[in-house]
Amino acid sequence: MAGSAAPGPGAVALRVDIDRKVYGAGGREPVEAVRGLAFSVIAGEITCLIGPSGAGKTTTLRILLGLDPDYEGRVTPHPDAAGIAMAFQEPRLLPWRTVEQNVRLALPRGTRGQDLDGLFDSLGLGPWRSRYPGALSLGMARRVSLARALAQKPRILVLDEPFVSLDDTSAAGLRGLVVAAVERSGMGVLMVTHNVAEAIEIADRLLLVSGRPAGLLGTIPLERPRGARDRAWVEGRRAALAAQFPTVIAG
Amino acid sequence: MGFATRLVSVLVLLAGWQAAASAAGSRLLPAPLAILDFIRRESASGDLWWNVGITLSRVGISFFLAMTLGVLLGIALGRSRRLNLVLDTPLLILLNTPALVITVLAYIWVGLNEAAAIVAVVLNKLPNVAVILREGARGLDPQLEEMARTYRFDRRTWIAHVLVPQLQPFAVAAARSGLSLAWKIVLVIELLGRPNGVGFAINYYFVQSLNVAAIVGYSIVFMSVMIAIDILILQRLEAYVRRWR
Repeated sequence: MAGSAAPGPGAVALRVDIDRKVYGAGGREPVEAVRGLAFSVIAGEITCLIGPSGAGKTTTLRILLGLDPDYEGRVTPHPDAAGIAMAFQEPRLLPWRTVEQNVRLALPRGTRGQDLDGLFDSLGLGPWRSRYPGALSLGMARRVSLARALAQKPRILVLDEPFVSLDDTSAAGLRGLVVAAVERSGMGVLMVTHNVAEAIEIADRLLLVSGRPAGLLGTIPLERPRGARDRAWVEGRRAALAAQFPTVIAG
Repeated sequence: MGFATRLVSVLVLLAGWQAAASAAGSRLLPAPLAILDFIRRESASGDLWWNVGITLSRVGISFFLAMTLGVLLGIALGRSRRLNLVLDTPLLILLNTPALVITVLAYIWVGLNEAAAIVAVVLNKLPNVAVILREGARGLDPQLEEMARTYRFDRRTWIAHVLVPQLQPFAVAAARSGLSLAWKIVLVIELLGRPNGVGFAINYYFVQSLNVAAIVGYSIVFMSVMIAIDILILQRLEAYVRRWR
């Protein structure tokens, strides 16, 4: 699934056009979850999807992962061929397999024996490779989940609330690892988050999504280099966005 | 501490038994030593181990068949709503048919032979296994299913690393409860229509001579064998499948 022929930086790695997604269509109370949500994931960029909870962000992720084919619109390239790897909000590790087995089993048969020392070490997982997930903290389990995704050498990495319910230090550590991985590999990252300040800190672009039915309200490019974004700048951008999009971002 | 308590409880039981036997003074309530004596004699003649071996092989074969078929059926029922709808009522009927009825009918329809005996045990035990495994197959973690689909797990990987580990605790529970059920049913089946085995021997000593020492002796020996299998094999298996917890 995941190929290494990554498109150059700036190229569109994935195009998502969801015209309409309705749950319970034809039933008595159909719910329209998404209407007119279109965006791209760009190679070498971090794109953050921000919107109120219950706004169909999970629905959108399920569609672009190919888990839900029942919608109007298209995803190009097709999810089976797009080279997408996903880190779920809950780490979703197999508790009965070791950390290392969890990462290797998600690889296609035949590539499972490859050398993963560099990957495990870069995520600080070296000493944990033979442990079972039950022995890990949430922060460490998220790292394993990230390792599993990165081992695919994906063209697109999808992260669903990857830093939620972590303490500040673990969240900052994991954020640093994600940013380093993107800059190293040139993959495109799509991250769903509630945390606007966090998104402004690491994203290249913000996609603001409305409440149900979810649609795109705006695309906000963040040009300043990640290294040069200080607290004051982040807070300034956040306040400006809150003024502009009060329904999505709380003041 | 736990072991000492167990030991005391067994000793009290034996002492009570001995006292009751002495008070009664009848061969219908033999003392523990009389039973030990019978076991020694029957063991020396070879009859004991021949009968225990026969019964054990019947238990083994029918246990293996019932587990295999029951596990497959249970998974299928848990995964397919339609199949479950079709088979739920027959399963309920089978589950509630007395072992004795199934046995007698098997002997009538299949004949007084080994195949009928095996069929009877399997039919008695299979529904329990299927029902336990059905619960397991219904409770598969949907989050892991989604993960496996996202990472395009192939079928073999999914079965070995996602499905089977989730069903293992149910399979072991079914095996443990099933083994004790299977051997009790095998004795009834032997009593009703087989010329050998522990069930036959018990019936023989009952009809022939009302030899209570023989009946209790056979029971104790076979029970010990089954408890040993449970402790030495099944409990270890259970600890193994739970090792990651």
